[in-house]
Amino acid sequence: MLAFALRRILLLAPVLVGLTMLVFVIARMLPGDPVALAAGPNATPAEIAAYGKEFGLDRPLIEQYWRYATGLLRGDWGVSIYTRRPVAEDLKIYLPATLELVFAAMLLAVAIGIPAGLMAAVYRDRWPDYVSRVASLGAISMPRFFLGLLLQLGFAMWLGLLPLGGRFPLAEDPPAVVTGFLTIDALIARDLGAFMTALKYLLLPTVAMSLSPLATITRMMRASTIETLQQDYVLTERALGLSERLIIFKYVLRNAASATLTVIGLYFGWLLGGTVLVETVFDWPGLGLYATKAVVTQDFMPVIGVTLCIGFMFVTVNLIVDLLYGVINPKVRYA
Amino acid sequence: MTVADAAPVLSARREMWRRSVYRFRQSTLSIVGFALVAALLIIAAAGPLIVPHPDHVAGAIDTAARFKPPSAANWFGTNELGQDMLSLVVAGARVSLFAGLAVVALGAFVGTIVGAIAGYFGGWTDDILMRLADLKLTIPGLILAMAVAAALGPGILNMVVAISLSWWPGYARLVRGEVMAKKEEMFVTAALALGAGAGRILRRHILPNVMTPVIIKMSLDMGFAILTVASLGFIGIGVKPPTPEWGSLLSVARNYMPDYWWTAIFPGLAIFIAVFGFNLLGDGLRDVFDPKARR
Repeated sequence: MLAFALRRILLLAPVLVGLTMLVFVIARMLPGDPVALAAGPNATPAEIAAYGKEFGLDRPLIEQYWRYATGLLRGDWGVSIYTRRPVAEDLKIYLPATLELVFAAMLLAVAIGIPAGLMAAVYRDRWPDYVSRVASLGAISMPRFFLGLLLQLGFAMWLGLLPLGGRFPLAEDPPAVVTGFLTIDALIARDLGAFMTALKYLLLPTVAMSLSPLATITRMMRASTIETLQQDYVLTERALGLSERLIIFKYVLRNAASATLTVIGLYFGWLLGGTVLVETVFDWPGLGLYATKAVVTQDFMPVIGVTLCIGFMFVTVNLIVDLLYGVINPKVRYA
Repeated sequence: MTVADAAPVLSARREMWRRSVYRFRQSTLSIVGFALVAALLIIAAAGPLIVPHPDHVAGAIDTAARFKPPSAANWFGTNELGQDMLSLVVAGARVSLFAGLAVVALGAFVGTIVGAIAGYFGGWTDDILMRLADLKLTIPGLILAMAVAAALGPGILNMVVAISLSWWPGYARLVRGEVMAKKEEMFVTAALALGAGAGRILRRHILPNVMTPVIIKMSLDMGFAILTVASLGFIGIGVKPPTPEWGSLLSVARNYMPDYWWTAIFPGLAIFIAVFGFNLLGDGLRDVFDPKARR
């Protein structure tokens, strides 16, 4: 297990280097003149050139990449040519907001998706199965931004039950930052009021975000449960007279869930990149909103930063999922 | 081959086709998907001919008729410029279908070429191409598409190129696997023995045999492609008004909620129905052609 983990981590190195190169090259090869855009509409060519020089943009691309890559190792993610703020500082602020949203959405998706998929498989070809199949196809087809707007329309605008957007009321002081997750920070500060407030703000974006992973997890769980139910050991257990409840919850669930776990890992990275839409709808101050602003102004350092940050996390989560695989399913040996 | 030899082959094919159609028709959901997609195609084709206000589609405005709620005259109401929402939504079908199809086609085209080369030649060619494809899987597609689309500037074609950048790896992996399996078969050896070159073998003998899974994947991907196009429109990158694109219609309508909700509801529903239709159809087709996946 340890040797396997070490080898996987070593293999990550070339992937990460390749990732930085690819992202950097793509971002810098694009047409358009971000420097002229950042220098403002009234800047003279000389001013634009000076501005570019300040950020080292007049150097050859290879040199720029080298400086960027060595900077990364020191924790320097470059500087926004627009705000002149270090990208690393910005990421520290926005990443926790996005992670909180993604974790909450994943939690909701797993909490509903695993039982729903299990139910659909157990009641295969009967009405719970049909309902869950049609509903999950519908959910996959639902644009998250449209769902977000509908939720806003219903719960915030018409019923007035939940806030329209944002992460915490501007007039109130958020709990002291420990993890950057407002809900957890509020609990750490033992401030139940702030926790409830943060939760209220979190609720609608989480629902909008969780719909498609929920649908995918349900479908995956259904398929793998059906496969597991056809295994010989299930037949043996039935022959031994074990109750159906015991068979499903003790034996089938565990085996079926391990296949679903992989999807959760893949989805995590996908969700990180997909928060853009939900964050735009709910004005959630996370990576997606940050990236959108940077993209519109062609401020490439933040764009590279966000892309890399999500890429790193995607790779890491997949590693964790691979390792967890063996914990849930002991049949997987790390040869 | 004589005519007598050809006959059984033909009838076997016809039999397979007949069975496929039968299996497809057995599934209600597939039929619904087929109907939705067919309706969408008709609307997209006939759009400009059937809308009540073709001039609004072209960009004409009617400020006297701003924000009229849905009525017999304007089924979907009117927007902030007094344009008939029904006309815009119907015209949007053409934009979305075209862009979705273009994304999938471009992704499949590039992916098939890369996958075929990687699978046929193997060795370091394969290593390099596939590692590149793996890398692309770790980059968030939407953010990449946003960055590329923003740099290329507005326009449908630029947006299609930007989205396709993150779509080819899926096809490359699929085709690579299929090509690796097919290249060991007898008919390839026979072609090699007759002196055919790599290009000819790939084009004439291998690729026609791997197209079925590619086409199924394309049909499964169509819904998601339409969704991605609408997403970029919603963020404000990609297709810009006055081109009636569903995502950008929705993004404008956001500013006029909740009072003028109809400007948001109808474009949103259009996206949902289109994506749902393609997903149902794609699922049905996969079940027909790949009975193993049927669960």
